[in-house]
Amino acid sequence: MAKYIIKRILIAIPVLIGITIIDYAIMCMAGSPLEMLQGPRVSEAAVEARRIALGLDQPFYVQYFAWLGQLLQGNMGYSMKNFQSVSGLIGEHIGPTLLLMGVSLVVSLVIAVPAGIYSAIHQYSKGDYAVVTASFLGSSIPGFFLSLLLIYVFTVTLGWLPSGGMTTLGSGGGFVDVARHMVMPVMVLAFSMAGTNIRYIRSAVLEIMQQDYLRTARAKGIGRFMVINKHALRNALVPIVTVIGMEIPVLFGGAVIVEQVFSWPGLGLMTMSAITGRDYPVIMGVCLLSAVVVLIGNLVTDILYALVDPTISLK
Amino acid sequence: MEQILIEIEDLKKYYPLKGGIVTHTTGYVKAVDGARLIIREGETLGLVGESGCGKSTMGRLIVGLEKPTAGTVRFRGHDLNELKGSKGKKIRTGLQMVFQDAYSSLNPRKHIYEILSQPMLYHGLATKENLRSKLDDLMEMVGLSSRALGKYPHEFSGGQRQRICIAKALSLKPEFVVCDEPVSALDVSIQAQILNLLRQLQKELKLTCLFIGHGLGAVNYVSDRIAVMYLGKIVEIADAGELFHNPIHPYTKALCNAAPIPDPDRPVGSGILLEGEVASGINPPEGCRFHPRCPHAVDDCQHKEPGIDTLVEGSRHLVACPVMLRQTT
Amino acid sequence: MKKDNSEKLVKNKIRIGRAKDQPKDLSNESYGQTVWRRFRRHRLATVSLAVLIVLGLAAILAPIIAPYDPDAIVGTFSGAPNGQFWFGTDQIGRDVFSRILYAMRISLLVGLMATVISTVIGVVLGLVAGYFGGLLDMIIMRFTDMVMSFPYILLVLVAASIFEPGLWSIIIILGLVDWPGIARLVRGNVLSLRETNFVKSNLVAGMSLRHILFSEILPNTVAPILVYATSVVALSMLDEAALSFLGMGVLPPTASLGNMLNGAQSLTVLTRQPWMWLPPGLLIVVLVIAINFIGDALRDALDPTSTTSH
Repeated sequence: MAKYIIKRILIAIPVLIGITIIDYAIMCMAGSPLEMLQGPRVSEAAVEARRIALGLDQPFYVQYFAWLGQLLQGNMGYSMKNFQSVSGLIGEHIGPTLLLMGVSLVVSLVIAVPAGIYSAIHQYSKGDYAVVTASFLGSSIPGFFLSLLLIYVFTVTLGWLPSGGMTTLGSGGGFVDVARHMVMPVMVLAFSMAGTNIRYIRSAVLEIMQQDYLRTARAKGIGRFMVINKHALRNALVPIVTVIGMEIPVLFGGAVIVEQVFSWPGLGLMTMSAITGRDYPVIMGVCLLSAVVVLIGNLVTDILYALVDPTISLK
Repeated sequence: MEQILIEIEDLKKYYPLKGGIVTHTTGYVKAVDGARLIIREGETLGLVGESGCGKSTMGRLIVGLEKPTAGTVRFRGHDLNELKGSKGKKIRTGLQMVFQDAYSSLNPRKHIYEILSQPMLYHGLATKENLRSKLDDLMEMVGLSSRALGKYPHEFSGGQRQRICIAKALSLKPEFVVCDEPVSALDVSIQAQILNLLRQLQKELKLTCLFIGHGLGAVNYVSDRIAVMYLGKIVEIADAGELFHNPIHPYTKALCNAAPIPDPDRPVGSGILLEGEVASGINPPEGCRFHPRCPHAVDDCQHKEPGIDTLVEGSRHLVACPVMLRQTT
Repeated sequence: MKKDNSEKLVKNKIRIGRAKDQPKDLSNESYGQTVWRRFRRHRLATVSLAVLIVLGLAAILAPIIAPYDPDAIVGTFSGAPNGQFWFGTDQIGRDVFSRILYAMRISLLVGLMATVISTVIGVVLGLVAGYFGGLLDMIIMRFTDMVMSFPYILLVLVAASIFEPGLWSIIIILGLVDWPGIARLVRGNVLSLRETNFVKSNLVAGMSLRHILFSEILPNTVAPILVYATSVVALSMLDEAALSFLGMGVLPPTASLGNMLNGAQSLTVLTRQPWMWLPPGLLIVVLVIAINFIGDALRDALDPTSTTSH
C-alpha cells in the first residue's frame, strides 16, 4: 500500500511541475500587468522602475525559477495590485469556498445516490424516466441561468432569500443568516452535479445488477430488499467513490461562476477579479492550488477505490 | 532433398516484467528460449505443446509480429530482421498467418470484399479490372460462394470466418503460412472441414506450413513432421508417424498418451501421465525444464541443459533428452 | 430477437441482389438503417432530433426568417413583447427575436467548431499515443493529465483573458481545452484494437501504417468518438454561454445566447424585463438537453452491448 502511494505521488510530481510551467507560460503570454498601470499620469520612468522591481525585465525562465524557488520556501508571491501575499489572500477566501463546495457535494450526493439507485432498480419505469430526464436537465442547464431563475423566483418574486453575499450587512452573520445566503448557490451547484452523478450511479448499479452473483442471490430467494441492500449496494460504493473524485475539478470550476453571480466572497470571486486585473501571482496561486487539489483528489480516489474494491490490486 | 525454406536459429523472445516504485525491469518471461528449427519447402511442420509453452510466440516471431530478443529467422536465406524498406515488405508478404480466433481476425466494420481486396490492391497483386475474378477464384478455393463478398464478418459462422481468414492469407500468394491453432475455437465437426480444406490447399498450392496446435490429433492430421515444445524449448522433432509410434522424450510420451487414439492394438496405460503444474516461463527450472515433472529424471537433469540430438546417426528424429537417448541406443 | 433476425435476412437478400457492382454503399446503408432503427426506440431522443433540426434550420435561415436586422435599432427601448416585436426589444431597441435567431447561429457554430477542433486534436494524439506506446505515449498522457488537472472553467477563463475576446478565439480556446477526454478515449480503444487479430493480420499482410491507423483502427473507434463528441458540443455551448455571460466570450454587438443574458445581471432587467433574458436562457437549455438526449440515444444505437440507458 505504502509503495503504491509513493509511486502515485512520484507520478504526480512531473505532472505538477508541467502544470506550473504551462501555467506560467500562459500567464506570460497574457501580456504585461504594467499595461494596467499605464496612463497619462504615470511616467515612463516610473513604469520602468516598477518593471525592474517586479522582475519583469528578466527572461522567462529566470522569472519562472525565481517564482518556483520562492514557492518551495512556502512563498507564493504577492499580488501585483494590493501587495498582499498570495497565500494570505487564498487563506482569506478559501473558507467560504470550501464551505460552499463541501455542502454542495454532500447535497448532490444525498440527491444522486438514492435517485440513481432507485432509477436503476426500477429501470424503464415511469419513475426512472422522470429521474433520468431530470438528471439530463441538471447537466444541461447553465449554472448562471439557473442562478438567475432562482434569484427571480426566490428573491424578486417571493422575497424569501437574499440575492447575494454571505451575510447580511450589519448583522453579525449567524448560522441561520449564512445558511439563508447559501441556499441558492448550493442548489445551483448541487443540481448540476447531481445531474451527472445520477446517470453515472444508475448505469453503475445497472451493471452490478446484471452480475451473476446477484442472480445467484436472487435465486437463493433471500428477498429483494436483502439482495439490493446486502449485495448490490456494497458494490455500488465503488462508482460513488469515483463520482466524488470526478466532482472536485467540476466543483472548483462551477464555484467561479456561481460565486460571481451570487457575490459569494470565496476563491472564485477572487480569481475572477485577478483574471480581469491580470494579477499573475494570484492567478498562478489559484491554478496551482486547484491543480494540487485535483491531483490529491485523484490520488485519494484511487486509494479509496482500492480499499472499497478488493479485486483491484495495488501493484 | 527438398530445399530449406525457413531456418530458425537460436531464437529467443524474452518479455520484460515491470515493477517497483520507479518502474524498471524486474525479470523476464522467457517465452521462446533458444529454439532451432528447419522447415523445408512444401512440408507442413506441426508444432505442439501445452498453452503457454511459447508456440504461438514462435509463430508470431516468424511472421514478424514480434521482434526476437536474439537469434535469427531466415526465409530463403534472407534474415527477416535485416529486411527493410519496400523490398523487405515484398519478401515478408511471402509469409502469412491464420489466427486462432477467426472472428477477431476480420475487421467488423468492413465487408469481405474490402477485407480481401485491400491487401491485394496495395501490393499490386490485382488490378481494378481483374480484382473481381481474383476474388471469385479465392472464394471458390476456400469453398465459399462469391455472393458472400458483400457480407460483413458477423454474418458468418465460425468455420466460414476461418475460411475467409485463410482466403485472406492466401490472397497474397504466400510461400509459407503460419496457422496458429486455426481450429481450436471451432466445433469439432467444423474442425474436420477446415483441416481438410487446409490439407487440400497444401497439396494444390504446394504450400509450406507451420501448423501450431495443442492437441496432437489435429496436428498429426495435417503435418508431415511434428515438433514438440516445452517451456520455450523444442524437445523433440520427428516425422509425424515416427513421433506418434516411437516417442522418445518423456514429455512427448505423455502427450501421445493423452491423445485419444482409436487403435485397439495400443496397449492401455503404456505411457506416463503427467503430474504437477507447468512451470512458469518467469522462473524456468534449471537444467532440463521438464525435470520437475519427469519420471525418468536423474541428478544431471537438474543442472545440465540437454542439447538436442539425433536418435540414430543421420535420422530425422531429434530428441533433447540424453537419458532416454542412452536408454534407446 | 426473432424479428430482428428475419429483418436482417431480408436485408441481406436485397443487398446481395444488388451487391455485384457496388457493395460498399449498400452495406453502409444497412448499418445506418440498423442504427436508425435502434435510435428511434428512444422517444425523447427522436423528439430532440426533430427539435434540433427545426432550431438548426431556423438558425441557418436566420437572414430569411428574422423580421429585423439583429443589430439595428428598430423599436423603443426595452419594449415588452407585442404583435410587432414577438419577444420585445432590448435596452437599446433591437428586436430580441431577430437577435435570438442570430445568437443561436453563433452558439451552434461555436459548439460544432470547437468540437471539430478538439476531436481532431484528441484523435491524432490518442492514435499516436495508443499505437506507438512507449515514451511518446507517456509524454502525451502526462500532458493530458496536466490539461485535465486544471479546473476547466479556470483554464478557459485564463485563456479567454489572454486572447482578444471574440468569436474565433472562443472557438479556438474551447477546442484547445476539450480534447483530453477524446484523446483518452481513442487511446484506450487503440490499445485494445492494436492487439486484435485483424490489425495483426494486416500487419502481416504488409499494409502501410496509414492504412492500419486510419482504415483498420479508426473506423472501429468512430462510434464512441461520435458519442463523446455530442457531449463535447453540449459542453462547448454551455461554456460559450458562461464566458459570454461573464463578458469574456463573444462580444456585443454580435449576439450570442450567453451575452444576451449578460444584461440580466442588472436588477431592472432581471426583475422587470424577463423577455430579454428568459428566451435565450431557455433556448440554451433546450439546445443542450436535446444534444445530450441525442448523444445518449446514439450511445445505445451504436453500441449493441450497451445497457446503460433507455
